[in-house]
Parts: sequence; structure tokens; C-alpha cells
Amino acid sequence: MTDRFRGILATLILVCASFGAVADPARDAILAALTEEARKSSPGFTGFSAQRGEAFWFATHSGGKPDTPSCTSCHAKDPALPGETRAGKAIEPMAVSKSPKRFTNAAEVAKWFTRNCNGVVGRECTPVEKGDVLTFLSKK
Amino acid sequence: MRRIAVFLSAWLLGAAASADGIRLPPVDHAATLEECGACHLAYPPQMLPARSWGRIMDSLADHFGEDASLAEAVSADIAAYLRANAADSPGAVGGQRFMRRLDPAQTPLRITETPWWQRDHDEIRPARFESAKVKSRANCAACHRTADKGEFLEDDE
Repeated sequence: MTDRFRGILATLILVCASFGAVADPARDAILAALTEEARKSSPGFTGFSAQRGEAFWFATHSGGKPDTPSCTSCHAKDPALPGETRAGKAIEPMAVSKSPKRFTNAAEVAKWFTRNCNGVVGRECTPVEKGDVLTFLSKK
Repeated sequence: MRRIAVFLSAWLLGAAASADGIRLPPVDHAATLEECGACHLAYPPQMLPARSWGRIMDSLADHFGEDASLAEAVSADIAAYLRANAADSPGAVGGQRFMRRLDPAQTPLRITETPWWQRDHDEIRPARFESAKVKSRANCAACHRTADKGEFLEDDE
């Protein structure tokens, strides 16, 4: 193993560790597209925040449908645990560490954000809100 | 005596193997399994008349308190499958029992509102449906463990 290769490997491990989950090209592309949208819609945008995403995840929102005021109305409070639909069906954990396939299909991500933002906050989520939540769940 | 015992145990085994209940062809339509099945059992289309499925599929943006909207093409595909196999559809297998006593002027939006469902569950205490195990009348599989195979058997808990 050359020093150079060792260096690259160390950097890669560091990058992976800092993200807290194994990266996936499809998920990266979804986040990159959201970053583009966020830049356009929020001039002061400096990047997504897992902390903001976490706050959004746990918040009790208003404006949505009465049965579902929070992400955690159906998803588990701990994203590493399975949630449950109102009809009693299990929802696989949202944490990428537990469900590595999460956020790797752009159409699915768009579909669920549209539905669930309507249901929980009563409007479409902003690109920043979506990116923040995705960042939060990707690190979980 | 021994013959009676053998006969009796065979009869008991037979009864267990053919428990009473509803047996329908399992839902085999990919989009229905994928989209409806994401949140609840992909209910057999035979359990509601075509007019009910039509109204449900036309109001997915407010689906029992949730936004379940779908892309137009997907929703049309699912609606066509549900209608073609609905309780009152000529092509449906085993649909007629679900039309019994249903008022032609009514369009039930919940399977649990239909006369056949209510009659089949009239011995169940209401609290049972709210219990931690069942949670919702929509959760067929809590008691009918092989509901996903189209089997809704009695005493199957």
C-alpha cells in the first residue's frame, strides 16, 4: 500500500465517518438537487443542517391534517426504530443507518415529501426543510 | 372405540385446516400492492363495489385524514384494477357475498361500513379494535394473520 493510497483511504474513512452513514450516489444526487433548489429559493442559504432537521422532525406543526401534526405521528420518535401508520402497518426506520435504501429514489422522496408535508404542515415543504430533514436522517 | 377416536381426530384436524372465513385470490396487481400496501393491507378489491373504489381513488388527497395522492398514471392503473375486480364487477372472483344487503343508494368508503363486514364482526367487542395489538379496524392482519394472501379466517389470532 503506497502512502498516497493510504492517504486517500484515510480521507475517505474520515468523510464517511463525518457523515455518520455510508454515502450513496443516488442519495447524494438528491441532496445535490435540493441544494440547488435551496440556493435559488433562499439567498442566504449556506448548507443543510441536521440540527434544524431534527427540530423539524420533532416539532408539533399546525396547518396540516388534525391526525398528523408531526413527523413522529407515524414515524418513530427515534428514527432508528420502526414507525407505524394509522392503519397499524409498520414503517421501516427512517434512519439511513438502519434502512440504507432510504432516500435513494428521487421519485419516492418527492412523492412522500409532497404527501407528508401536506398532511403535517399543510403546505409543500421548502427545499431547505427537505434537505435539513434528509441530512438529519442520513446521519442517524 | 379406537375407530371413533381416529375418526374424531381426523374430523378435528380437518376442521382446523379448513377454518371458516373468506378466501379470495391474493391481490396481485403490482401498483396496488406497492402504493396501497405502503400504509395498510392492500385490501381485496372484491370487498367494495366499483362505485366505492371510484370515489376513494378520486379523493386520495384527503384519504381518511391523510394525503395519499399519486401520480395520475399510477392512480388510473390502480383504479382500473380495483374496478375490474370490485364486488359488483362481473369479472370479480367471489365478489357477490360482499354486495349482500348493501343499499344501492350508498357508496361506502370504508370496508368496515359495509353490511357484510359489520355482520361478520358483530361478536367482536369495540374495545378489541382499539387494543394495543389491533389499533384500528383497518388493520385486518392483526387478527387475520394471512390476510395478505387473501385469507380472512375466523379464530385466526
